[in-house]
Amino acid sequence: MNFLHSLADRDRVFDFLVPATSPVDVRHGPILYLEDVTVSFDGFKAINDLNLTIDDGELRCIIGPNGAGKTTMMDIITGKTRPDRGSVWFGSRHNLLAMNEPEIASLGIGRKFQKPTVFEALTVFENLELAMAADKRILPTLTARMTGEVRDRIEEVLATIGLTELRHRLAGILSHGQKQWLEIGMLLMQRPRLLLVDEPVAGMTEQEMERTAELLTGLAGKGKQSVVVVEHDMGFVRSIARTVTVLHQGSVLAEGSMDQVSCDPKVVEVYLGADPDEEAA
Amino acid sequence: MHSSTSWLARPFRERATQLFLSILLAALATVTLLNLALPEGHPLHVSTYTVTLLGKYLSYALLAVAVDLVWGYLGILSLGHGAFFALGGYAMGMYLMRQIGDRGTYGDPVLPDFMVFLDWDSLPWYWLGFDMAGFAFLMVLLAPGLLALVFGFLAFRSRVTGVYLSIITQALTFALMLAFFRNEMGFGGNNGLTDFKELLGFDLRSDATRLGLFLATGIALALGYVLCRAIVTSKLGRVSVATRDAEARTRFLGYRVERFQLFIFVVSAMLAGVAGALYVPQVGIINPSEFSPIFSIEIVLWVALGGRATLYGAVIGAILVNYAKTVFTGVMPDAWLFALGGLFVLVTVLLPKGIAGLLAYRLKPRRLQREPTDPSSPPREASA
Amino acid sequence: MKIPPCLGRMLALCLLAWLPLAVSAQDDGGQPLLESLDAASYAQMGEAIEAIIESGDERSRGWLEALLGGKLQRHKETGRFVVVLENRGRDWPVADALTGEAFGEMSRRDLDRLGINNALRGQLQSALAVLDLHVPDTRDRREAARALLGDVDASLVEPLEAVISGEEDAEVRRLLEQGLAIHRLEQGSVEAVASLEGSLNSRVRAALNSAARSDDPALAEAASSALADIEQKMKLNRGLETLYFGLSLGSVLVLAAIGLAITFGVMGVINMAHGELIMLGAYTTWAMQQLLPGQPGLAMVLSIPAGFLVAALAGIAIERGVIQFLKGRPLETLLATFGVSLILQQLVRTVISPLNRTVVTPEWMSGSIMINEGLSLTLNRLYVLGFALVVFAGLMLVMRRTRLGLEVRAVTQNRAMARSMGIRATRVDIMTFALGSGVAGLAGVALSQLTNVGPNLGQNYIIDSFMVVVFGGVGNLWGTLVAGLSLGVINQVLEPWAGAVLAKILVLVFIILFIQKRPRGLFPQKGRAAEG
Repeated sequence: MNFLHSLADRDRVFDFLVPATSPVDVRHGPILYLEDVTVSFDGFKAINDLNLTIDDGELRCIIGPNGAGKTTMMDIITGKTRPDRGSVWFGSRHNLLAMNEPEIASLGIGRKFQKPTVFEALTVFENLELAMAADKRILPTLTARMTGEVRDRIEEVLATIGLTELRHRLAGILSHGQKQWLEIGMLLMQRPRLLLVDEPVAGMTEQEMERTAELLTGLAGKGKQSVVVVEHDMGFVRSIARTVTVLHQGSVLAEGSMDQVSCDPKVVEVYLGADPDEEAA
Repeated sequence: MHSSTSWLARPFRERATQLFLSILLAALATVTLLNLALPEGHPLHVSTYTVTLLGKYLSYALLAVAVDLVWGYLGILSLGHGAFFALGGYAMGMYLMRQIGDRGTYGDPVLPDFMVFLDWDSLPWYWLGFDMAGFAFLMVLLAPGLLALVFGFLAFRSRVTGVYLSIITQALTFALMLAFFRNEMGFGGNNGLTDFKELLGFDLRSDATRLGLFLATGIALALGYVLCRAIVTSKLGRVSVATRDAEARTRFLGYRVERFQLFIFVVSAMLAGVAGALYVPQVGIINPSEFSPIFSIEIVLWVALGGRATLYGAVIGAILVNYAKTVFTGVMPDAWLFALGGLFVLVTVLLPKGIAGLLAYRLKPRRLQREPTDPSSPPREASA
Repeated sequence: MKIPPCLGRMLALCLLAWLPLAVSAQDDGGQPLLESLDAASYAQMGEAIEAIIESGDERSRGWLEALLGGKLQRHKETGRFVVVLENRGRDWPVADALTGEAFGEMSRRDLDRLGINNALRGQLQSALAVLDLHVPDTRDRREAARALLGDVDASLVEPLEAVISGEEDAEVRRLLEQGLAIHRLEQGSVEAVASLEGSLNSRVRAALNSAARSDDPALAEAASSALADIEQKMKLNRGLETLYFGLSLGSVLVLAAIGLAITFGVMGVINMAHGELIMLGAYTTWAMQQLLPGQPGLAMVLSIPAGFLVAALAGIAIERGVIQFLKGRPLETLLATFGVSLILQQLVRTVISPLNRTVVTPEWMSGSIMINEGLSLTLNRLYVLGFALVVFAGLMLVMRRTRLGLEVRAVTQNRAMARSMGIRATRVDIMTFALGSGVAGLAGVALSQLTNVGPNLGQNYIIDSFMVVVFGGVGNLWGTLVAGLSLGVINQVLEPWAGAVLAKILVLVFIILFIQKRPRGLFPQKGRAAEG
């Protein structure tokens, strides 16, 4: 009887009818909300009472010395690591701690790893195709056809990341910078609401760095994506950041604009009293 | 490749598959013609013995294609595919045993000879239904498929991959071999199942049946090849290659990697089962030695020699190695294991892409761009 | 004690073996003793028999047995005492009663038999029974006392009680008391049960069993409860025995796997030819015994370093010839080394023989130690168990305390960093692989004592070895030890219940399932390095 009632319930929207866009609820402001998160490995507290809020459409840079917990924080948000305590919310509806990695990914959180990992045996085009938000179950994947719509979407992202010319090259022969862009492109194919980007410019040339800065600032914006960038390179952070969060020993040490933060005595002390630029270099 | 055609039709539009299919069909036709049209004693006459031998090679080739599907495109080195082959073979063997009826040595209308010998008074429950061809042929698919499903479900769910998976697949086939050696299992113990008489009413010793089996195996190989080709050229195939090279990354894109692995593993196991079922009536026996770890690892060698992740390489490798085995064991049996052992070392050290790699390099250097890059050295994952 | 005639004859023959030795030792109180036997009356003969027993002469048993069998005779002309070896036909082969020397045949008509009556026969029988209880060696006395269990009859009660009061060894006393108790039990004595409690001897159990069925309810009850106690004890014994066999099998697994734990666990190299390195070790033992015929003990000891060297050299050849070209490609390494294993097997088949070779077990390794009457431990297994522990401890020392161990661990954790610190990574690779292979050789030396040495020896152990390493946790030597021993015990526990083959299958299935549950084994390595 219950089942029949549920069928009769006209307000109900069946899962398969929900549009593929991210269902995240950002009406109340923040898109990502971490509260009192603590995680320890063998007694060592990698994250200690961390509180962090990212607004919808924001571009946030996170800096901090080695071991500050930046990568662990990313791991927690993406479901790779479970915290000992605390809560992590995506918008005001989704408790990320109750979900596994693929679920979180399909919710619209994309992560770019420190080391670019693209599928080297596939072409640039195919890499983007796989990354595309689509029905990712087995049979739909087996019978998937290349529609004009899909092709257009891939071409659009190819243009954004500037790899249009190289679309039929194997990803394995791309340069380091090109791989990083391709990976960002793969994230974009998932139409994410939140992009986590881990050290995007490590090992890039000056030119590639500029190009990347352009790409990232272009991505963030209300109604588009929120972007969280973890980076060591202070020059790069200064060139893109509106708000900067400094992590230290697993919790937030300071938050504000780049100028505010770099004047903060606590921050200066953490970086051994040295100019942050030198420390990072 | 990114055409909007249906996934099953896609292979037929590929040049390589068209070429493979034409060569295979031409070979089948030629052998048939040389066997039927030419009188015995003619220098070009292909004897029925040779036809059966070729049929055996073709069933091995299908088995190799199945292994290449999981190893080449999914990166899972199964050292237990012989088990799936043997299970398919046993399912067929059980059907053939039931077809013997009362023509066995002991003349029991229901029980196979070995059960009479063991003083059993009735068929064990798992032998029921095997007198029906349809049921038996279904089991040819289901028995290996179920084993692969259960085993793969457990293994992939807990993310057992790489060398670990290889080792436990080897343990799996080893355990099955020990089990099938036991008389109590009801599969004929040491001797296995043999003395078959007929298949679907055709006398297994007649020349026509043997030629028919050869052709059936050839067609099964063609179909299996097309199926595998369809899988690897679909988006699912690209997910599979992505899994092979960077499993964690693929999972992160939202693919349930373990389900894809399971799907391909089960398909491959079923293909191996079909190969086994076609093998048994041609060689006339199935016994536990097909479960031996060395056989399973030999299959991998066929694929490695032919060239991984090409499918046609697997076919070439299987036929070449087994032809060499036939020749060697006939001429100087002692040298065979030396040759086989040497082949293992040489192929892995000097010829990592196999014969297909050589062909691709010789024939169409530029085609390499389209082929998956060196599958033998997948890039290591960031932090799995 | 009733000695069947044929047994008596055999004993008489046995005399030949030791009499000459005895004679040279003592010249010669025997003649007068024998003279006194040839007495006028049976009463005097009885006294003479007593005298012979009390003399403690080593030949007494032979004389008395001969006397009992009517084979102690006197040559009519010379008066010489002889023992008839075989009394068939007209001429009998005889031996001198004093020296034991056989000196041809004598006509039966020239010989006088020393005759006895029934009373003397009884006296002789019980005298013979207790005679062995007078020998100086304690172990022989225990043996004799144990042999008496269940054979005590009324005539023996008195002499045995006399022996007990004079016996120093507690064990002999206990056994004799049990012997008497069995007799009393047969007579229906309930008190006798008390002295039989806890004995595992089968004669004791048989006696208690029949007493438990007796009509006397008190006796039956006492006997049953004593039997229950014994049953309990035997259960414990069987448990201990299973444990021992399990540990023994486990030690074999540890030996076979520990080398693999080094090459696979520490270096990450899959060496499918590991089993064949074990085989080489076993064949080295065989070859050593061929080189030193008649000295299996020495050959055994020398095989230990030799087996290590042979396998280590073979290992180096494999590393240099194959594995070094396949760095970072574990699946290819697996295939290539499998090829090597096929070649090695066939090499042995062609060069030596496809058949099994026999390796002799040195004397000090054969036999067994008796813990109690229901439990004895075979020595060779005990040695192998000890050897496995020694090898394990040695490896632990090498890995923990030596420069090589340090370098190995450094190279394993971060190859590039180790190199930049001046560690020659290639050399470390070779040394590590040689070490792991050498240990496989040691395993082969040990295995040659327990199983057949043949070309397939290695094949039988390779899957088990991998299972042990994976089960214990790759890269963890302790894990290998624990895994090996526990798998051995599990296998032995399952065996009586499921049969050998099924037990093995169950263990394999268990490990396969276990790996699904804990992919990194019992003792997983922690940290980032383990996740590669």
